[in-house]
Amino acid sequence: MTASPTPPPPLAASPRRARRQLARSRRRQSFLRSWAAYRAQRTGMIGLVLLGVIVVLALAAPVLVDESALSVTQATGGRMEPPSAAFPLGTDEVGRSILALTLWGSRLSLLIGLTATVVAIVIGTTVGVTSGHVGGWYGWFALRISDWFMVLPSLVVAIALLAVLGRSMGTTIAVIALVSWSGTTRLVRAQTLTVQSRPYLERARALGAGHWHQMTKHILPNVLPLVLASATLLVPSAILMESSLAWLGLGDPNVVSWGSILNRASDNGAVSAHAWWYLLPPGLAILIVVLAFMMCGRALEAVFNPRLRGEPS
Amino acid sequence: MTADGPTPAGGAPAPSAGRRPGSAARERGSSGFGRYLFKHVSGAAVSLLLVLFSSFFIFRLIAGDPIDQLTKERPVSPEERAALRAELGLDRPMWQQFWDYITGTLTMDLGDSFQYRRPIFDLIVERLPATILLSGTGMVLAVLLGFWIGTRSGWKQGSRFDRGHVATGLLLYSAPTFWLGMIVILVFARYLGLFPVNGMRSPSTPPEFWPQALDIAHHLVLPVLTYTAVVYAGYLMIMRSSILDEIGNDYLTTARAKGLRDDQVRDRHAVPNALLPTVTLVFLAIGGVVNGSIVTETVFSWPGLGSLFVQAIFYPDRPVLQALFVLFSASTILAVLAAEVLYWFIDPRIRKS
Repeated sequence: MTASPTPPPPLAASPRRARRQLARSRRRQSFLRSWAAYRAQRTGMIGLVLLGVIVVLALAAPVLVDESALSVTQATGGRMEPPSAAFPLGTDEVGRSILALTLWGSRLSLLIGLTATVVAIVIGTTVGVTSGHVGGWYGWFALRISDWFMVLPSLVVAIALLAVLGRSMGTTIAVIALVSWSGTTRLVRAQTLTVQSRPYLERARALGAGHWHQMTKHILPNVLPLVLASATLLVPSAILMESSLAWLGLGDPNVVSWGSILNRASDNGAVSAHAWWYLLPPGLAILIVVLAFMMCGRALEAVFNPRLRGEPS
Repeated sequence: MTADGPTPAGGAPAPSAGRRPGSAARERGSSGFGRYLFKHVSGAAVSLLLVLFSSFFIFRLIAGDPIDQLTKERPVSPEERAALRAELGLDRPMWQQFWDYITGTLTMDLGDSFQYRRPIFDLIVERLPATILLSGTGMVLAVLLGFWIGTRSGWKQGSRFDRGHVATGLLLYSAPTFWLGMIVILVFARYLGLFPVNGMRSPSTPPEFWPQALDIAHHLVLPVLTYTAVVYAGYLMIMRSSILDEIGNDYLTTARAKGLRDDQVRDRHAVPNALLPTVTLVFLAIGGVVNGSIVTETVFSWPGLGSLFVQAIFYPDRPVLQALFVLFSASTILAVLAAEVLYWFIDPRIRKS
C-alpha cells in the first residue's frame, strides 16, 4: 500500500489549545453537515442566489446610477412618462427614473429590514436565554412581557409609536425591532429549557460552571442554529412592516425606500393615471426580496428542525 | 401582510403565534374549569391594564403638548391656552389625569375627537360595522379557503397540487397588502372598470334596502379579494402542517382497513383531529386581522376604524389614536382569551391532565 494516510492533526502545545482545536473542528464539521443538508434543497438555493444578486445590486447602486438621479431638482424626464429608451421603467411625478429610484430604494429597505432584525434577535435571544436559564420571578416577568408583545397587533403599536416619536430611520428601526422580538424570545426560551435538562449541563454545573459560562458556552451554541432560521424569517416581515409604514407616510421623509416610492405614487395619483410602471417595480422588488428570504428561512428551518425533515419545499 | 398573523413558515412550531392554551394549566396539575378560567381571565386583565398604562404613557408623556398640536395653525393668547387646558383637564396633576383616563375608558367615555369635534365613542360605533363587514368577510373566506386547500395539500404532501398551492400561497403572502390593493384597483377598477375604485357606497344609489345592499357588496369585492389573497396562505400552512402531524397515525390505518374511501378517511377522521390545534390559531391570528384591515381600509378608503386610525395620525388627532390603540389591543387580548376558554371545551385533554 503506497497511499499516504491522512496526516494526523498537529499535536497541540497545551491541553487548552487542544480542546479549542477540537471544538473548532467539530464546529466546522457540523457547519459542513448543515450546509450539505441546505444545499440539497432546491428552493433554498434559489432563494440564496436571488438574495446574492439583490445584495450585489444594492451594494453596487452608487456605481451603476449616480446619486443625482434621486434629486428632485435635477430630474431630466417629464411627469410620469411611460417606459422609453432613456427611462427603461418610466419616470415619477417629477421626472426621476423609476429604475434608479428602485435600485437606490433597495439599499434602505434592506438596511432597515436587516438592522431591525439584528436588534430584535439580540433582544429576543438575550431575554429568551436568561429567562429560561434564570427562571423565577425574572423568568415569569419576561415571559409575561413577551406574551403581551406577541398578542398586540404589531402594526397598531408601530403606528402609534411612530406617530408620537417622530419619523426617522432610527425610530423606524427601533419600532420594528420592538414589535418583533417576542417570537424569538419564546423560541429561544423553549430551546433553553430543553437544553437545560440535558446531562452535560448538569456535568458543567457539577464542575462549578457559573451562570455566565453555562449560558454562553453551553446554551447559546445550541440555540443559535434555531435563532439563525428564525432571523431569516424575521427579515421579510421586517421589510414588509417597513414598507407598510413608509407607504402610510410614516417613513423617514429624507430617504428613498421601496415603501416611500409607493407612498409618493399613491399621493400623486399614479393609480388613476394608470402609471403601472410607477407601481410595479418597487412592489415587485419587495415581493422578490421577501420571497427570497422566506425560501432561505424555510430551507434553514428544515435543516435545523428535525421534525420537518423530508418536507418538500 | 404585515409582521404577525399566521406565518407560512413551514411546519414551524405552529403555536408560535402565541402562548399555547392549556400548557400552563397542565404545569399546575389538575384544576377545575373555575380555576382555569380565573387564571386566564386574570392574565387577560393584567394585559389590558398594561395596555391602558402604556397608552397613557405613550400618548400623554412621550408625545408633546396637545395644546400645541390643537392650536398649530392659529395664534393663541396665553389666556386661551389656559382655558383650553382647563377644558381638556390638562391643568390637573398627572395622577389625577391618569385616574380620569382610566375611569373614562372603562365607562366608554373616550373624550372628543380633535378632528371631528364629536365624542369618539359615537365615531367608533358609526364605523365599526364597516370594519366588521370587511374583515369578517375576508377572514371567513381566508379561513375556509386556507383550510380547504391546506387539508388537500397536506394529505397529498409533495404532489403537484401541494407544491403548486404552497408556492402560490407563499407568493401572495410575500406581496405587501397595500401594493396588491393598488394593483387590484389598477386592473379591475381602472382598466376593466368592473368594480368601484374605493369607498363603501355610491351617492347615486337609491336609498331602498336591496339597491344599497347590492351597492355595498359591489364595493366590497375588491377589498375582500385583496385581504383574502394576502391572509389565506397563513391558514393554508397551519392546516397543512396540522394534517401532516396526523398522517402517520394508527387510527387512519384502522379507518382505511374498514374499507373507507380515501376522501372519507380524510374528511371524517383526519380533518376533525387536525382542526383541533388550528381553532386557537385562528383566534390568535386576530392581531394579523387588525393589521390587515388597517392597510386594506386605507388603500380602498373604506370608511372603517382602520382608515380612521390612519387619518388620525396626520391630523394629529391624539384622542382618536389613543382610543383606537386601546380598542385594537383590547380586541386581540380578548380574542386570545376567548381562544383559551374555547379550548377547554373542545380539547378534553386539558381537563383530564
